Amino acid sequence: MPLLDTLQANLLSPIPLAFALGVLARLMKSEFALPKDLYASLSIYLLLALGLKGGYELSHASVASIAWPAAATLALGVLTPLTTYGAMRWLGRFSTSDAAGMAAHYGSVSAVTFIAAQQFTQRVGAPAEGFMPTLLTLLESPGIHIALAIGALNRGPTRQHGDAPHSTGSTWAVLHEVFTGRTMVLLVGGLFVGYLMGESGWKAVSPFFDSGFKGALMLFLLEMGIVAGSRLGDLRTVGPFLLGLGVLLPIVHGAIGATLATWAGLSVGGATVLATMAASASYIAAPPAVRLTLPDANPTYSLTASLAITFPFNILFGIPLYYRIAQAVATAQV
Amino acid sequence: MHTHPMKLVTIIAEPVLEPRLAHDLKQLGATGFSVVDGRGAGSRGLHATTIPGDNVRLETIVSIAVADRIVDHLAQHYFTDYAVVAYTSDIAVVRGAKYDTAP
Repeated sequence: MPLLDTLQANLLSPIPLAFALGVLARLMKSEFALPKDLYASLSIYLLLALGLKGGYELSHASVASIAWPAAATLALGVLTPLTTYGAMRWLGRFSTSDAAGMAAHYGSVSAVTFIAAQQFTQRVGAPAEGFMPTLLTLLESPGIHIALAIGALNRGPTRQHGDAPHSTGSTWAVLHEVFTGRTMVLLVGGLFVGYLMGESGWKAVSPFFDSGFKGALMLFLLEMGIVAGSRLGDLRTVGPFLLGLGVLLPIVHGAIGATLATWAGLSVGGATVLATMAASASYIAAPPAVRLTLPDANPTYSLTASLAITFPFNILFGIPLYYRIAQAVATAQV
Repeated sequence: MHTHPMKLVTIIAEPVLEPRLAHDLKQLGATGFSVVDGRGAGSRGLHATTIPGDNVRLETIVSIAVADRIVDHLAQHYFTDYAVVAYTSDIAVVRGAKYDTAP
């Protein structure tokens, strides 16, 4: 299938359409939005379902099959914050904190983009390996820690608060924040539960967690469209450099991800999903961690880039593109 | 009815700061506080972390000395980098001892 056809097929699938509807609702200044508690409930449902299914699939995966993909994932977790930091600092001339804040977002991963990639690979008949959610958990936090460490080290001691009676940005507080976040608890917890309950357990709960998954995902993407749409106004304030970077970084990270994933032995579908993970930027786990650790980083830059530029780009165009790159790398390797 | 003059300190802040501010208030001598969620916009144009929530409003009833300590602390550690608004009001309460910590 030529790239344009793949793109078109993707654009007319439920996820991008629901997202577009959300953006449109915001552009029309509609008062419609998902109730906050429903949004939170949907994200709990999606993350736990993802973890449970991934854990169940993991229970019949061999250690050998997952070892290299896991190593590739960790390598991406180290590489993506560094490239983002470098691009922000030396090409964009942003401050250390702004560059490190952005690196934390792009070094981490967006679970919704991951799910969208998984759905895409199923639709085009190249489903990804069942253990992919395990890799998602591996990529969630290293990027954030590396980026925050770079930021804290380069910022120097001038902004430390000395004998303040609180633990401003202490390593422990940030570690706690990242490891006890909703994503980590539900995904890692779900993986364990799914692994332990095995096939009979999964069969018992799958009518709820599997059948409703795609519908819930559509509702969630509708709200994501509204959230992204309401940040579109910020595109004017962030400037052309960040606009370009928000598209270029995912392409570069996606291409590196697809290549590493193929070398690590993943199928074209698996490589597409891992490439999408590398290309995606976190907008749930990273923002509070950055806010608490690097308070002088401007959150408008990183949130607008990850949410209003990179997220839509990946959902609409990026995933089919990474699929084509993964296909090309796989063909070249043979 | 006999009342005691106290200060009501109101802090409106980004939601990520809630646990940290709660911890600080206790450390600075507040005996308790209440928190409500809110919405709004300010001079910074945005509430920095729109994703986890809107903003929070913390209120605590304290002695004049503790109120001064809280406001100084906020000015020193939060006003530069965070979207934080704080103000104090004169109030009168019935049970003064309830809100007073030992110096």
